[in-house]
Amino acid sequence: MFNRGTIINVRAIGHHTIDSVMRFGYASRFFALTLLNSGSSWRRIHLIIRELYFTGALSMVIILVSGLFVGMVLGFQGYQTLKTYGSESALGVLVALSLVRELGPVVSGLLFASRAGSAMTAEIGLMKTTEQLSAMEMMAVDPIARVVAPRFWAGVISMPLLAGVFSAMGIYGGYLIGVVLIGVDEGSFWSQMQSAVDFREDIVNGVIKSVVFGIAVTWIALFEGYDSPPTAEGVSGATTRTVVTSSLAILGLDFILTAFMFRGV
Amino acid sequence: MERSTIDLWVGLFMVAGLGALTILALKVSNMGSLGSNETYSLTAEFTNIGGLKPRAAVKSSGVVVGRVSGITFDNDKFVARVTMNVDAKYKFPQDTSASILTAGLLGEQYVGFEGGADDKMLAPGATLKLTQSAVVLEKLISQFMYNKAAEGSGSK
Repeated sequence: MFNRGTIINVRAIGHHTIDSVMRFGYASRFFALTLLNSGSSWRRIHLIIRELYFTGALSMVIILVSGLFVGMVLGFQGYQTLKTYGSESALGVLVALSLVRELGPVVSGLLFASRAGSAMTAEIGLMKTTEQLSAMEMMAVDPIARVVAPRFWAGVISMPLLAGVFSAMGIYGGYLIGVVLIGVDEGSFWSQMQSAVDFREDIVNGVIKSVVFGIAVTWIALFEGYDSPPTAEGVSGATTRTVVTSSLAILGLDFILTAFMFRGV
Repeated sequence: MERSTIDLWVGLFMVAGLGALTILALKVSNMGSLGSNETYSLTAEFTNIGGLKPRAAVKSSGVVVGRVSGITFDNDKFVARVTMNVDAKYKFPQDTSASILTAGLLGEQYVGFEGGADDKMLAPGATLKLTQSAVVLEKLISQFMYNKAAEGSGSK
């Protein structure tokens, strides 16, 4: 009734589905184990500080530069559009709200995924390939507590800080273009921004978003590294998957969070 | 555990991150100005609020003195009940009138207070008696057209 090719294809679909559900379950178990084992990594805080240096401090340059440029572009584009309606004085509102609510968390999350997330995957994948993780287990050191958990917490801590730096830098970039270069009134730039941006609604929601993105990106990056096939191709494939999956996760989560937070009254 | 240069860089990173968040909270958002101050609530009833939204400004002589905290519909009187949080620094006489105004031609709507001459001041939780609803453009135009039509037939 069916030829052999069809049967093989259908079987492949089923195999992939079951495989990805199983992988997701494994990833959830990995996440739970990471949380359970994070107590010991907090007791040895220097491990977290070392990872904060690699994920956070070294990401500062790219975040500062891209934040400044995104803000400057927003300044130009926003001015062009607002000029049509004669409301250039609302430029500060436009720049601040779009950065604090969306661009800050999302763009810094994407940069964080490609800069720090891929490095985490490659590092852990290579540790697995060179059997360092197995060696730790042999020495009765839990690799999740020693290697994974400090990286996870460093990522979760650095992400909101990086998003905050990005937004602040972007607003300064918008100020440079709008006020210094084009000559929008400085007083209305800041005062309209302050009356339109709400601390609870906008700033805190932006921070919540960036914490969620930090959890998602580090979880994906660490799991892909931990689960990567112990070969050169396996590690490179895992690194690619980290960037792709975490970027998609950031955009998808951003949609869900925005739908919850900014439904409009 | 010894100190190392990594600690310095991590410290700088944390300071920069927390500093940026503080700047966002104090300089960019309205936390520094209104919101943390003490407020008292006032209520006003309007037959039509137009496009007034919660968190809209309450202004007196153009100065922001508070924010709209909630808008509900009174099903007994068929009016909109607007509650406002007014900064405790500002006191208004009992015959203060509240009207819904628009900032500019296309701007957002706000509540405008006009102080009266009464000696007694409004107590927290009081209701403003004198209110003026939002101007509905359609009604204004139809009134204008009606007057024009009446004028035209009268002169003939």
